Amino acid sequence: MNRRRFVVKISATAFVMYLGLRAAARAARSSAKISESRPERLVLHVNGAERTLEIDPRVTLLDALRDHLGLTGTKKGCDQGTCGACTVHVNGRRINSCLTLAMMHAGDEITTIEGIADHGRLHPIQAAFIKHDGFQCGYCTSGQIMSAIALLNEGHSLDRETIQAQMSGNLCRCGCYPHIVDAIADGSVTE
Amino acid sequence: MRPFRFSRIESVSAALDAAGVGGSAKYIAGGTNILDLMKDDVEGPALLIDINALPLRTIELRSDRLYIGALARMSDVASHAAVRSSFPMIASSLDQSASPQLRNMASIGGNILQRTRCPYFRDVATPCNKRTPASGCGAIGGINRMQAILGTSDQCIATHASDLAVTLVALDAIVHVTGSKGDRDVSIHDFYQLPQANPNIETTLHQDELITAVSVPLLPFAHNSTYLKVRDRMEYEFALASAAVAIEISNNSIGDVRIALGGVGTIPWRSRQAERTLIGAPATRDSFERAAEAALLGARGHGENNFKVQLAKRTLVRAIEITLETA
Repeated sequence: MNRRRFVVKISATAFVMYLGLRAAARAARSSAKISESRPERLVLHVNGAERTLEIDPRVTLLDALRDHLGLTGTKKGCDQGTCGACTVHVNGRRINSCLTLAMMHAGDEITTIEGIADHGRLHPIQAAFIKHDGFQCGYCTSGQIMSAIALLNEGHSLDRETIQAQMSGNLCRCGCYPHIVDAIADGSVTE
Repeated sequence: MRPFRFSRIESVSAALDAAGVGGSAKYIAGGTNILDLMKDDVEGPALLIDINALPLRTIELRSDRLYIGALARMSDVASHAAVRSSFPMIASSLDQSASPQLRNMASIGGNILQRTRCPYFRDVATPCNKRTPASGCGAIGGINRMQAILGTSDQCIATHASDLAVTLVALDAIVHVTGSKGDRDVSIHDFYQLPQANPNIETTLHQDELITAVSVPLLPFAHNSTYLKVRDRMEYEFALASAAVAIEISNNSIGDVRIALGGVGTIPWRSRQAERTLIGAPATRDSFERAAEAALLGARGHGENNFKVQLAKRTLVRAIEITLETA
């Protein structure tokens, strides 16, 4: 056996061992999955469409939207109800989708950032965020916009102080708050 | 999150049956507290019973009481016309709690059962008698700036976090519960348990029992009430100190009064001592300060939270002044 053939053989052996270990790990994972979770069938109404899922009861509404339905416009920030990046509307009310289970929303009307434009025309609040430069990195923006739309529907007075208070559930680490308040005050006029 | 079975039930009897089937079962309504704790492995129920389909959302004035269904959301109660006019302190305590999104989610039953925000309770790597009995208390001698100064024990100094509950103890609320052994009306004063030998036991609710409603008697002078909350920032923060105050004024002196404190007690803290000091007293700053001294008489700080003794006194004095200004 020359040196080249030895290296090839050793590499092949290592590769086969690697595949074996990987398969074993995958088997262990999937058997753990079978014993731990019982996927359940769930029908969600999202942005006007009926969507059927098979999910573990542990899946939050946020993870169902992002990981199971591919609606990644809704963001995961803190995953504990602090930052508001995951804000969606359920039956017209804004909520944190990270602190509720998908299983709790059979029959509810869920609206995400993907569902607010009107046939390709931006929602007035979306347009106002662009006009007023109401973001920098944009990670919190879909949550900000969903929260802002709900705020306008809730019928608060729209002075700056009230807007600030009513947007307290949406954090922006870029610190775009003044522009966000401008956008909401303006969007409420154009809406 | 640990695996659990999920069950959505349609009737109260089905809820009680499900909860009675052994193992650890928990009811879920808004989910904002329990899911958070399940993610942190503080809670790990084997069965989660979704009670949101139960018809327990009504808010109504019935004969001489205001009834709030256990599944009414914080925002529903805060915006209810009768609540705002007859019990401004209730509406205000809810307006000042959590964020708009959380207020749309969290139920009233869940709000009064919410667990403490003590960081040791939420970090399973640290000792906490409330989470793991007999493991010790990390907050005593540890990080305790937010913790309680009233009703503490050598086992636990965790603050009760509910703003609403502070107004409920001021108003002598009743917690209406149902269970496999029938219905019970529990005075809110008998509902919460001080953290003495067993800080893990927080209320007198039994394992399978379900809160169906909370009610408060129509107190004529409750329309003249305030909930003042002092915190590190103006919105979306727990109280450092808060005060719920309702005052009946007669001839420039205090006729009747209700006083409760939040952010400072291991349970929502009614202060009858302060009330007794004020009843019949002239409506002067001096009277208010004496009431505040009485309210904090047994208060004890644990280092970082020593400031709360003075802050709570000033919060109470200011809340009394605001209540009288708006009378």
